[in-house]
Amino acid sequence: MSAQASKQGTGKTVLQVNDLAKSFGGVHAVRGVTFEVKEGEILGLIGPNGSGKSTLFNCILGQLPPTRGDVMVDGKSVTGLRPSDLNLLGIGRTFQLLQVFPQLTVRENLILAGQEHKGSRLKRLFGAGDAGLTGDAERMIDFFRLGHLKDEKAGGLSYGQQKLLDCAMAFMAGPRLVLLDEPAGGVNLTMLANLKERLQAINKETGATFVVIEHNMEFVMSLCTRILVLAEGQIIAEGSPDTVRKDPKVIEAYLGH
Amino acid sequence: MADFLQLLIAGIATGAIYALAAIGFTLLWQTSQTINFAQGEFVMLPAFFALAAMKWGGAPFWLACLVAVAMSLLILGVAFKGLIVDPLIKHGAMPLVISTIGLSIFLKDGVKDAYSAEAQPFPAIFPDRLIEILGVKVSLAQIGVLIIAFGVIFVLQWFLGGTRIGRQMQATAQNPTVARILGVPVERMILYTFLINAALAAMASLLISPIYLAKFSSGETLGMAAFVAAIVGGFNQVRGAIAGGIIVGVLDNMAAVYVSTAYRQAVPLVLLVLIILFRPQGLLGRKEERAV
Amino acid sequence: MTRFNALKTPLIVLALALLILVPADLTGFGIPWGGLKRYGIYILSLWLVTSIAAMGVNLIVGYAGQETLAQAAFLGIGAFTSALLLKAGYPFFVVFLLAGALAFLVGIVLGFPALRVQKHYLAFVTLAFTVFMWLVIRNEDWLTGGVSGMDVKRPVILGVSTKPGLTFYYLILAMTAVLTFALRWILNSPWGRAFTALRENPIRAESLGIDVRTYILLAFAIGSAYGGFAGALYAPLVEFIDPAPFALGPSLLFMLMVVVGGAGSFAGPFIGAAVAVLLPEWLRFAEGLYLIIFSVIVMLMMALCPTGIVGLIERIFTPARRPHADDKGPVLKEAK
Repeated sequence: MSAQASKQGTGKTVLQVNDLAKSFGGVHAVRGVTFEVKEGEILGLIGPNGSGKSTLFNCILGQLPPTRGDVMVDGKSVTGLRPSDLNLLGIGRTFQLLQVFPQLTVRENLILAGQEHKGSRLKRLFGAGDAGLTGDAERMIDFFRLGHLKDEKAGGLSYGQQKLLDCAMAFMAGPRLVLLDEPAGGVNLTMLANLKERLQAINKETGATFVVIEHNMEFVMSLCTRILVLAEGQIIAEGSPDTVRKDPKVIEAYLGH
Repeated sequence: MADFLQLLIAGIATGAIYALAAIGFTLLWQTSQTINFAQGEFVMLPAFFALAAMKWGGAPFWLACLVAVAMSLLILGVAFKGLIVDPLIKHGAMPLVISTIGLSIFLKDGVKDAYSAEAQPFPAIFPDRLIEILGVKVSLAQIGVLIIAFGVIFVLQWFLGGTRIGRQMQATAQNPTVARILGVPVERMILYTFLINAALAAMASLLISPIYLAKFSSGETLGMAAFVAAIVGGFNQVRGAIAGGIIVGVLDNMAAVYVSTAYRQAVPLVLLVLIILFRPQGLLGRKEERAV
Repeated sequence: MTRFNALKTPLIVLALALLILVPADLTGFGIPWGGLKRYGIYILSLWLVTSIAAMGVNLIVGYAGQETLAQAAFLGIGAFTSALLLKAGYPFFVVFLLAGALAFLVGIVLGFPALRVQKHYLAFVTLAFTVFMWLVIRNEDWLTGGVSGMDVKRPVILGVSTKPGLTFYYLILAMTAVLTFALRWILNSPWGRAFTALRENPIRAESLGIDVRTYILLAFAIGSAYGGFAGALYAPLVEFIDPAPFALGPSLLFMLMVVVGGAGSFAGPFIGAAVAVLLPEWLRFAEGLYLIIFSVIVMLMMALCPTGIVGLIERIFTPARRPHADDKGPVLKEAK
């Protein structure tokens, strides 16, 4: 893990999203969303299918240009930056669908996830083949309890193992902010407990801030400190897991369709 | 000025032929994600079907033209789909691209060996007589080409927009999964697309060969004109392919006179690069946002 | 597969030893082998030069997952650079490096427009570029000799004339070895991993800080530079160049031979180049038929085994243990 000191609870705003909107042709996927994430927080983002959660992620992370609105990291606007630039600023992510590199081994996947943060591009060509990351990669592999698989091709792993690897890759470069899109999707119960516990451990150790999209209510309610509910591209509720669970608007949004 | 108008008309005539090839190219791409690198050879080949029917079958010209269309439907439509595209589409786009490149070489060298390496004169459907309209000399052949090409385009547009099958084909092109759910026989629609492409190629071939002669290697130029037309007009639009074809045809004819014959071929290529740089979705294309 | 991997190093050493010894007259060492005849040495040289250009295509297509139909144009850039500079009396190694550098720069410029759009456009842009370069070579007589071509002299290196076929062959062999090693180095560096990443999943790669555009440009430029290097050897090898080998047809052929050999595998371009160079020799009796036969092989290969000859060999050596065994490469590497 990176040796970043834990600054949990300083109350500093890491991510700020102002009136973000995105439409595709005539379809308004996200219609003016505003929220803040404080340093060290684990924010849950829930909502029915098609409520615009993934689109919101993709706009924040430069994958899609927003139609309107602004994204700020540490008080500086990052709207319009490319995904790779955002990652180099210390923002990691995972995708809704599993995205590991099946032809590379587990260790190579992790080295890849960290290499662009090390040295200059020329140094990466003429320096060591692993960019000096084998040690870090193996520590990350052990941390996610994938040690016995480090020389396997990622494509040969089980779904749950790939999911862990996917998460591990997002943390490889020691990001301050990580956006996880359905980390629990399709993962079995044992693996799920493992994943949750690992995420909480990272949060505690490094003070990294998380935003988590999740459909698994039990998982999200026990992992997150605060929850945002999105429906039809707008935030309809916000608060602690308990408040949100009891909010009639939320119940209606989920059952009303 | 009269010269300019003459060139313009000649350009629109060849452009309309390029448009036929470009429309087929675009349709194939839309309905089956097939980028056909042999499209130029598809336009080269039918003329040789006709020539072969006349030379070896002793067929009269009109019958030879029918034979050319029929053979095109069979070989460039049914066989192309069944033998090359269907077995490959599951492997992804790349092997199919490679295979159509292989096919282009096969057709080119096949014609060279089986028929002739020399450029063949091809009988014109219309007499090459010049008439004067308002001081501009126009050949009857050009007028004939214009009428037939635009007639075909018009019928095709009507078919795609105004008939049930045409609308089903468009639904298949836009979203095969949804089309299937709506009960569109997607497989048959894809086959129709291949047949339409083959028919358009045959028409283009019979119209262009009297102008530029039938030659085994002419697919390179014709294919390039079709690609450039499709991209310039907008890869996902039939209307775009028509506009692109005419632009390329006019540029081509103008360049021969106003630039230099040596670099005539380069002019559409410059246009291609400019379009890709400044309007990658094409002149009439819609911007496609990439899905994550 | 494991036994195959273990054999790799001895196989490479053996291949190199054969490439050094087979063409030479060994009777002086008491071995009854008179070496290859002039034509055999020429074919072997042509194979190596073709392999260099094909290695470049493999980097672009097989590793980085892009498309290029312009390698013959880059071969042309290298060939004319070397023809003109050798005539002007520049030393060979300077000429060789300049040819590669020029192709590298042109590769970067050519890659730019394609970055704005999806990857198949790169194929069209490179296609257009090939036609354009060919027009330039054919029309600018004052520089390239136009259709009547130009003679090329083989260089003198450190006082040694490379005029004899065998001497020039060894020069080519040495350059091929250096370029093979260099490519191996690049592929084993973080760059190589980034290239693989942008082939397999550019969107995920971007989210990991990989500047996809820069890496596409780099892969494209390095691959094109290999075309330039090959051209710098090709011109003095054939001793006469005209526009024909740099046209669209040969450019397509480069792409096809790499895929037939096995795109994305290191041996692929060498095998593909061997097929492309030797097939016309074997099929001499059939005259012009070889392109037809080659194109049929390509189409069959794509339908039956899209991973090429290397993939076919691997498939034969790999016991069928997974349902999707036609994925490239082994599932398990040797345990450390």
